[in-house]
Amino acid sequence: MKGDELLQEIELNVVQGRRNSSDEGLDEDLSGTPGVTELVEDALNRGIGAKGILVDAISSGMTEVGERYEKGMYFLPDMLAAAETVEAAMEILEPYLLKAGIESRGKIVLATVKGDLHDIGKNIVGLMLKGTGYSVIDLGNNVDPDDIVSAVVENEANMLGLSALLTTTMHQMSETIEAFSGVGFRDKVKVMVGGAPISSEFAEEIGADGYGKDAFEALKLADDFTDI
Amino acid sequence: MNDNANGREGVLVDPIGRLGESQLELIHETSLKILERVGIICYSDEASSLLKDAGCEVVERDDDASVVRFPRGLIERCIELAPSTVLLGARDPENSLVLRAEEPRVRFGSGSEANVYLEMEPSKFKQEDGEASIEYPVYRRLRGNVELLCEAAHLCQQLENLDFFIRTVNIQDSDIDEMDKDANKFFASLNNTSKHVMAGLTCLESLDKVIRIGEIIAGGEKELRENPVLSFITCIAKSPLQFVEDTTGKMMEIVRRGMPVVISSSPQGGSTAPIQETGMVSQINAEIIAGITLSQVVKPGAPVLYGSVPVRARMDDLNDLYGAPEFCWYNIDCIQMARRYGIPCYSTAGVGDAKVPGVQATVEKLISHAVIPMAGAQYVHYAFGLLEKTNVFSPDQAVLDDAQIGIVKHMLKAPDVNGEAAEATLSMIEEVMGTSHKLYARYTRKSMRNGTVFPPYQFETKESEDRSVLEAHRRRLELMEVPPRYLSRPVVERIYKEIAGLVDRINPYS
Ligand code: B12
Repeated sequence: MKGDELLQEIELNVVQGRRNSSDEGLDEDLSGTPGVTELVEDALNRGIGAKGILVDAISSGMTEVGERYEKGMYFLPDMLAAAETVEAAMEILEPYLLKAGIESRGKIVLATVKGDLHDIGKNIVGLMLKGTGYSVIDLGNNVDPDDIVSAVVENEANMLGLSALLTTTMHQMSETIEAFSGVGFRDKVKVMVGGAPISSEFAEEIGADGYGKDAFEALKLADDFTDI
Repeated sequence: MNDNANGREGVLVDPIGRLGESQLELIHETSLKILERVGIICYSDEASSLLKDAGCEVVERDDDASVVRFPRGLIERCIELAPSTVLLGARDPENSLVLRAEEPRVRFGSGSEANVYLEMEPSKFKQEDGEASIEYPVYRRLRGNVELLCEAAHLCQQLENLDFFIRTVNIQDSDIDEMDKDANKFFASLNNTSKHVMAGLTCLESLDKVIRIGEIIAGGEKELRENPVLSFITCIAKSPLQFVEDTTGKMMEIVRRGMPVVISSSPQGGSTAPIQETGMVSQINAEIIAGITLSQVVKPGAPVLYGSVPVRARMDDLNDLYGAPEFCWYNIDCIQMARRYGIPCYSTAGVGDAKVPGVQATVEKLISHAVIPMAGAQYVHYAFGLLEKTNVFSPDQAVLDDAQIGIVKHMLKAPDVNGEAAEATLSMIEEVMGTSHKLYARYTRKSMRNGTVFPPYQFETKESEDRSVLEAHRRRLELMEVPPRYLSRPVVERIYKEIAGLVDRINPYS
């Protein structure tokens, strides 16, 4: 396979949502043929640059996925499957990109707030952000405000995403924002909040920078916050 | 006969039943006793004399009728003679239906002779003391006519879950006289749908005309018997326990001509039959098996369906009541009886008592649409568009019903639990547990597309308003845009040449 054929093959497998050779894909059963991780390794071994792989295969694959979604050909599970391929590819590419001095699109710390175990929505948001090239540090659920703040500071993240699904835990969002006051990092980080009981009014009230109703709005917020 | 390979397969169910073996036996016994002791009042001399020759006890009455008492041996022999497989053909072979009594494969179709065609116009209304406006369906009641029947047949052709067509409205055109109604209604139906067409016969005199239309379409006399593109319904029983002259005569002639026919009865529990389950089912079963006995006396081996349309009466005015739980009981029991006899079952579900589409209609339809087919009737009629206890056909409701029956068909599918699925489960779980997000979403993708996972309700509205009726209307208009698949020009020309009395306005080539 020539270099550009290999990139095309990666793109196709992103669109098919195949992380590796055991995934079957969508349009036909492709299991047994190499998936995104194997193909990315192969490309790197042949000396194809990490940036080229990212831009000409992975991002273009995700663009295609987005178009299929717009046209109603793809559904959320297809987006997530594609996002997972990106997540898997980024794990391999990250050290190469770092070496080449290429920064990720933006860095976001994600967490479900203290007292709250609901993480399905947050995980979807996380996957979609990873799938579009953001670097995501997921702290999981039931996370203490102080731990969230430390993670943001340590990772020098430019964004923080908080999720809450309970009316009894939503106030933890404002506690978390307030916890920044001790460390003085608040002006360097944009905070987005989401979850079923949250509204844009609530976001404003607690001093968050944005509210996202779903994963797509989360992506839009991330792009706005990162000036894309 | 080939497997269902070329026909509409419907959905094969693992049938539920209300009655256990001993209860079925008891109903059968009670029906036999009714026919032995009370008998049937028969208004057809010909039928009485045929039954007498076959061994029935016939006692003349003073009112031109006779009481026919059936020996059980005759009934049991005739039930044996009735075929367990009945083929209902279609213009398109892939729309034919192979009804096998031993195979609980359910198909849904329309029915039957509503007087009113309910037209709908979405209209805008403004709030009286405010700015808000809302779109709301406004209905017009049209009398059934032959052009509306063409429209209905064309719509039903497009409805994915409709497996056969029984004419939805009767035709009341002033320029079509009684003698020509049958030819016009069968032609209107057959010309606008390539699914199986069934109807009752208005005049015995037009039977041969109708059969001739079928022969021209199927390609000949023998061809029509091999591919009966049309068939008949004869409700020979007038409950309680009477055979009317007219329909009994029609049934016998249809049987003689080798065409498939439904032998049906439709008593109302509480007025023309006992309201209690045992009474209703024993009586309707007696009426149907007596009719089937007559059919087999006329022509052994004649293809017939066990036609059960047991209804409940309402107690305020003794009118029919379809949205009642008892309606489901009665019908399920009859389906079990038909299976016991090894005769394919023509059953009933989906009639609304409501006058227009809406919540009431949905509740009434859904209980019978969902529950009755679970008993495994091969042929479920009345299922599309019927409102106001069968007085009204609403094409928009038919579209809503198509969506509802889609859900029901999916619900009825056999479980997919097997070794292979268990293997797949284990590897899926292992994989998902290894991810950060622990979501199974990726494993839904193929299932969503191959139909093993059902989509959300077709007419759901994203806003808080419920627009399902309006959306169904829009969908109907879209479906009506699809050009009809008429019979070919030479076939239509031949039919018009040979069959007198067809009106010109339903000839697409004139
Ligand atoms: C699944 C679920 C659970 C699961 C959670 C599993 C898991 N891994 O998350 C389990 C069973 C564990 C659970 C437990 C409980 N639950 Co619960 N649960 C739900 C349920 C049914 C669905 C939530 C969900 O996942 N939705 C699907 C996802 C995709 O949607 P989403 O979370 O809203 O996320 C989307 C958006 O909101 C947005 N978003 C989400 N986060 C973020 C973050 C950012 C930054 C942005 C921009 C956007 C964003 O994008 C997402 C993707 O589109 C809801 C009811 C409902 N329908 O909402 C109740 C619900 C939230 N639970 C409820 C309750 C009461 C509980 C319990 C207290 C029950 C009990 N008595 O034990 C416990 C609490 C446990 C705890 N301490 O948290 C109540 C909450 C009521 C309230 N007061 O607020 C609800 C509303 C049900 C109800 N009506 O009673 N629950």
